[in-house]
Amino acid sequence: MDYIVTWDQFKRSFFIVEKNIRIYYSKGPVIIFGLLMPFFLFLSFYIGRDMPIETLIPGLLGMTAFFTATSTGPAIVPWEARAKTLERLISSPISLRTILLGDVISSFLFGIIVTVFPVIASVMIGIEIVYPLILIFGVVLGTLCFASFSILLSAYPPTDNPSTIMMLSSMIKFPLVFISGIFIPLEELPVWGKTVASISPLTYFTDLTRFSIQGTSHYPIEINILVLIAFTIVFLFAAIKIHEHTIQKRL
Amino acid sequence: MINEYAVEVTDLTKHFNGLVAVDNISLDVKRGELFGFLGPNGAGKTTTIRMLTGVIKPDKGSASIFGYDVVKQGLKTRQLMGIVPEMSNAYVDLSSWNNLMLVGGLYGVNKSTRTERATSLLKRFDLYKRKDQLVKGFSKGMKQKLLLCMALISDPSILFLDEPTSGLDVESQRLIKDIIREFNTNGTTVFLTTHNMEEANQLCDKIAIINHGKIAKIDSPEKVRKQSSGLQTIEISFDKPVNGEDLLKLPSVNGANKMGDKFRLCVDETGVAIVAIVDYARLKKLNIIALNTLAPSLEDVFLQLVKES
Repeated sequence: MDYIVTWDQFKRSFFIVEKNIRIYYSKGPVIIFGLLMPFFLFLSFYIGRDMPIETLIPGLLGMTAFFTATSTGPAIVPWEARAKTLERLISSPISLRTILLGDVISSFLFGIIVTVFPVIASVMIGIEIVYPLILIFGVVLGTLCFASFSILLSAYPPTDNPSTIMMLSSMIKFPLVFISGIFIPLEELPVWGKTVASISPLTYFTDLTRFSIQGTSHYPIEINILVLIAFTIVFLFAAIKIHEHTIQKRL
Repeated sequence: MINEYAVEVTDLTKHFNGLVAVDNISLDVKRGELFGFLGPNGAGKTTTIRMLTGVIKPDKGSASIFGYDVVKQGLKTRQLMGIVPEMSNAYVDLSSWNNLMLVGGLYGVNKSTRTERATSLLKRFDLYKRKDQLVKGFSKGMKQKLLLCMALISDPSILFLDEPTSGLDVESQRLIKDIIREFNTNGTTVFLTTHNMEEANQLCDKIAIINHGKIAKIDSPEKVRKQSSGLQTIEISFDKPVNGEDLLKLPSVNGANKMGDKFRLCVDETGVAIVAIVDYARLKKLNIIALNTLAPSLEDVFLQLVKES
């Protein structure tokens, strides 16, 4: 099985994107949840703590990109399996990889669009971004990584029940937020904390964002970028493999 | 070289949870043919269509569409197909227009052609005025018409229609049948599953009857009717009363039912039975008032084949 998507299939994946945006992402509650959830989680940790806001903004951006890019993506495949529209897609002249690529691109676009809001808000409250280009590159790479993660979350178990997948996703997503140096800078974590943090892609995104805003980071930025690229490839590869293995059980 | 066959199936088999759903079936459908796939519920019709359209993989055997293998060359085979599945699978949260744009896009139809075909199809199916309405507000008949529009938007070489007229009102049924005929006349091969014997009789060039996953018969509807043993019927009336027991003793006659002033005889071979009846009338000095041969309905044949298999 090759992992190359032809140009023709790539173009067709944008019809999946358009469909996903129309059906799943353009709903008011989804957008509001994508904005409010990270904001309130941020506030709950910011209020009452004597920390400069610059220290916590990378965490807010990390949570926003992470929660929005993984908000709806995991539920799409089970949703469509239940509605029998997955069968419609599978019987169309597009490969499963094209369908998954469309799901990743739509999660990615949603993540990017929503993450722009806290970036603008940060600038408006006077946060100085030391390396804006690195911030833009980091947000793009990190959101792509999280969007790839979202289709991995939907890969197993091969259920047609979206709530099952959403529950399992939450069980993975929330612990990741707490181990990724979002609320406590990595330097302040004990050794075991740093070790645990190193298995989360969110750690590297937050660290890269911290570098772009504060000019300092725990890991060298090259490491952050390479690890995020590696996570993206692994998530995509694993998601395609598992979906190809389980898709027949959904039909 | 152009392949003569639109569909070629060899020893196709599918199991679900240890039970055989489709059992070693083989069939072929010529280009431009309107092929009917008949069978009772659970016979294996939908499973066969789902294998041919690439939704599920066969456990054994092979199938090809216009010479392309459905498993190994799935993208090529699916590009040639338009599909109306058994259960509606249009996106209910999209409008009919957006459903057509989506499907056209997935088939690689360019924007201007998509727009032109979608407009023409929606007008043809009387859905154009509701093109911007979400499909969730559509009736069953409207959804079924939309599914057919979605199957036709790519101008397919072959149409797979799984019970396309099931549960529809007479007018919608007639419209869908007319359109199936029209596309078939213009060269589109049609693979149709149905419960409706009359529909198969009216539409199909060739039919296959499947039961318990096995093909019981493949032929043209007329030949299937004529070949069926014990279902040929003769209606006969004489100028004087006759004993039904006497008629039962005639060669090739295996049933005699009195119906008013006539008898309905079930015969194996119509010609043999007619000669015997005429001889009997001469012998008994009877005048034959009326003699009609009645071919069995496709439904009779279907029920007999299902019973036998």
